[in-house]
Amino acid sequence: MNCKQLLLSKKAACNAHGEDSSYFLGWQEYEKNPYHPITNPHGIIQMGLAENQLSFDLIESWLARNPDSTAFKSEGVSVFRELALFQDYHGLPAFKHAMAEFMEELRGNKVAFDPRKLVLTAGSTSANEILIFCLGEPGDAFLVPTPYYPGFDRDLKWRTGAEIIPIHCSSSNGFRITKPALEEAYHQAQQQKLRVKGVLVTNPSNPLGTTLAHRELETLIDFIVAKGIHLISDEIYSGTNFDSPGFISVAEAITERGEEVADRVHIVYSLSKDLGLPGFRVGAIHSQNEAVVSTATKMSSFGLISSQTQYFLSLLLSDKEFTANYIAENKKRLRERQKRLTEALRTIGISCLESNAGLFCWVDMRHLLKTKTPEGEMELWKRIVHDVGLNISPGSSCHCNEPGWFRVCFANMSEETLDISMERLKSFVLSGDGRGKIGRGPRRLIKWVRAISAFDRRSER
Amino acid sequence: MTRGSDGEKRSRPHQPHPPSRSNGPAMRIVVPLQGVVQGRGGLVLGSLLPCALFYFLQLYLKRHRSPKNDPSASASASASIIPRTLSRGQLSPRAQPPLSARAAALARPDDDDSLYYAGLRRCAADPYHPTRNPDGVIQLGLAENQLSLDLVQEWLVKNAKEALLGEDKEEGLNIRGLATYQPFDGSIDLKMAVAGFMGQVMRGSVSFNPSQIVLTSGATPAIEILSFCLADTGNAFLVPSPYYPGWDRDIKWRSRVELVPVPCRSTDNFSFSIAALERAYTQAKKRGLKVRAVLISNPSNPVGNLVNKETLYGLLEFVTEKNIHLISDEIFAGSTHGKTKFVSVAEVLDAEALDKSRVHIIYGLSKDLSLPGFRVGVIYSYNENVLNAASKLARFSSVSAPTQRLLVSMLSDSMFISEYLETNRERLQRMYRLFVDALKQLGIECAGSSGGFYCWVDMSKFIQSYSEKGEQKLWDKLLTIAKVNVTPGSSCHCIEPGWFRLCFTTSTEKDIPVVIQRIRKVTESHRMSH
Repeated sequence: MNCKQLLLSKKAACNAHGEDSSYFLGWQEYEKNPYHPITNPHGIIQMGLAENQLSFDLIESWLARNPDSTAFKSEGVSVFRELALFQDYHGLPAFKHAMAEFMEELRGNKVAFDPRKLVLTAGSTSANEILIFCLGEPGDAFLVPTPYYPGFDRDLKWRTGAEIIPIHCSSSNGFRITKPALEEAYHQAQQQKLRVKGVLVTNPSNPLGTTLAHRELETLIDFIVAKGIHLISDEIYSGTNFDSPGFISVAEAITERGEEVADRVHIVYSLSKDLGLPGFRVGAIHSQNEAVVSTATKMSSFGLISSQTQYFLSLLLSDKEFTANYIAENKKRLRERQKRLTEALRTIGISCLESNAGLFCWVDMRHLLKTKTPEGEMELWKRIVHDVGLNISPGSSCHCNEPGWFRVCFANMSEETLDISMERLKSFVLSGDGRGKIGRGPRRLIKWVRAISAFDRRSER
Repeated sequence: MTRGSDGEKRSRPHQPHPPSRSNGPAMRIVVPLQGVVQGRGGLVLGSLLPCALFYFLQLYLKRHRSPKNDPSASASASASIIPRTLSRGQLSPRAQPPLSARAAALARPDDDDSLYYAGLRRCAADPYHPTRNPDGVIQLGLAENQLSLDLVQEWLVKNAKEALLGEDKEEGLNIRGLATYQPFDGSIDLKMAVAGFMGQVMRGSVSFNPSQIVLTSGATPAIEILSFCLADTGNAFLVPSPYYPGWDRDIKWRSRVELVPVPCRSTDNFSFSIAALERAYTQAKKRGLKVRAVLISNPSNPVGNLVNKETLYGLLEFVTEKNIHLISDEIFAGSTHGKTKFVSVAEVLDAEALDKSRVHIIYGLSKDLSLPGFRVGVIYSYNENVLNAASKLARFSSVSAPTQRLLVSMLSDSMFISEYLETNRERLQRMYRLFVDALKQLGIECAGSSGGFYCWVDMSKFIQSYSEKGEQKLWDKLLTIAKVNVTPGSSCHCIEPGWFRLCFTTSTEKDIPVVIQRIRKVTESHRMSH
């Protein structure tokens, strides 16, 4: 049979979807051999997933107190009919209100968010992509400080055709964003004949776990004003700021500035991290720029939130007693968990970047590298995944240009599992030559490393 | 920014003037140019001068161009985005950073000249209600099924809580399974349930494989994702017209795929022919467009007719010969009300040893299950590469976990589903017949239709001039005088003026006389003036 090659689009046919990095390969390894306390105690412990599983019980107890919330009822009256037919891309008004107020609460009510300037999307993955579609054309560039969430390589670039130029940050100043670094990145873009359309920051940072300092925010805002570009602030971790210094949202930082600045600053949010509900697919864009809001609203047709979910969450988030208690308790648990991790690492002689937010620590393992090179980092990472049985994220996958840093998540497992992972790491470090608890031959390592399938079933924040 | 010729002369003596002007400076430029063209002297002046002029023109334009103009947006678009930026541009030297061309073109509050959207907006502003707002606009422009919601509601009242949270009674409430990350292209449970549902919808004539399904948050992202997978920017799909107005946005906007209408005619009851596809393909090629797929809807939106088996075979032969894809949007497959049996392209593929890798089906739960709010769409493909790419792209448009869990439960209740599908069909049939008969009283004929939520009616005898403008005038009369929102054929790219889509599933039987009485106002006034 004469079968002519059936053409797909360039996008579908190419592999440049950012999913060949080690970050995703580690996932694959975990999926093959996942840890379970009883059925698979020697399996790989997942420490590469930035999921918040610490506070489900709080939501569960709310559900137990509010059974009608899942039965499409409002004060005994069925709201099913309206919800079943509701596909207005302006979003359920009650939910937008509740969402805007929740976002204000997370910022200590220091700023106001107008529900009419809020755009709902199916997760912040969708929100980020929509903003890039609104602000840039194929071939335009966005500057992103390193290290950054590996998913950006895919979410911001894939369908939009935009480019990312890294703003290199270094450990010498705690990976803070500096004006020279911004200028250098801008210059790089120009060298590559790319038009810079904006800067995208994650605040609190993934993978650093730190919040932007006031002077960093000022530097950023001054920079975007001077260059006439946009600023996107992905504040998906805004509710995870468990320690001082406090979280300063870009919304707060621009209150002193004029309208022109407000028009070019856009905030992305999601309930995936703070409420631990990534499966619900709830994201949002907030912007003072009417054109952006208008366009993003229409684009949200490609990723609307289920009306059922909007309705349920409007009830949950309108319960102010619940939200106040949840925010405080969640932060407390995160702080305790982070301390547990950092303490355990300290006893092994491993330090972390001092962090006050996030669901992970940015861990310094430079002294464990055989060679202080990217290859050395890869080699150490493979040993940790394979021999120690911990899936952590290597800094190179986050575009960190200093080898030896790793992101280790602490909120997606039980305390016991965390302790076990630290025990394993301790054995590995103290044994000195990487024998570790789980013995696997080097040959299998090489075979596994050569496998190039872009396997992806879960998100990896 | 018009300037008189005097201004030009005084300020910019070397501005290029059109050759027809007879004044000194102009002739000094024109003559050398003429000289060059005629092969006479003046070569240096004739070549240097134009280059210099061009250079200075560019400089002049660059300095005087308004900083916020996006080069690819139309002038009207940029003028009406936010008028106040004009003054702001004078206050500070740096004006608003521009948006992308995509955004600039569509950022106007009332975008879309499409009457389809305009009508929906007018109706939303003043919606009819039999008691609360009897003079409001009656919505006949939205293909939503409200006839059988009570059945779904009944099921939910009995089962929703259990379905969502009742998994493990011993452990108590446990949301871990619901809350955490799911596969972006849908849980395997839901894929299995949807595959089973699709099989029931097609009345058992074909069975669907869950591993060929990618779930998305509605059919809107499904068609967009498929467009991204099958075509590059600037490529085209052939689409028999009239077609669903939403595709103009869903396919053209971000994936930038062109839609080439293949006009169908009332003489064929708006069925498409392979010959017409052939012609359209050739013409597209001549225009330099690369056609990547044929996109059909079956049952058709807006006509409601079904594609018969022979045509499906012909279509498959056509796409195979041209080595292109076939996308069959079968979202109304379960909403048939006529005697003709619906045949899915899947059924034809099953029967024959054809190259299936070029066929893709779009489906969803918005129409057949009356749940547009829950956002569940389906890409069903026989092409592994497309499935791989689409499942990755689905991360931007995933189905919400609580909805997935609820629907797994509902769709797995096959007894409920089969009762629902049957009752729904009966109600659709009844309503369709009542509507068609009522419209006949006004002298309005409907095209033959066996599926969908609408009648495709011929109101050409009520338009003054047989043109798109005439149709628009009638549409406007229907909206403002009769206060009925219908979808005009021009929004659907129908080549024959005067056809309208009227949806009958958002009304009750009691509303029909009201609708007729309202439309009569317009038809009568037309009769009286002619």
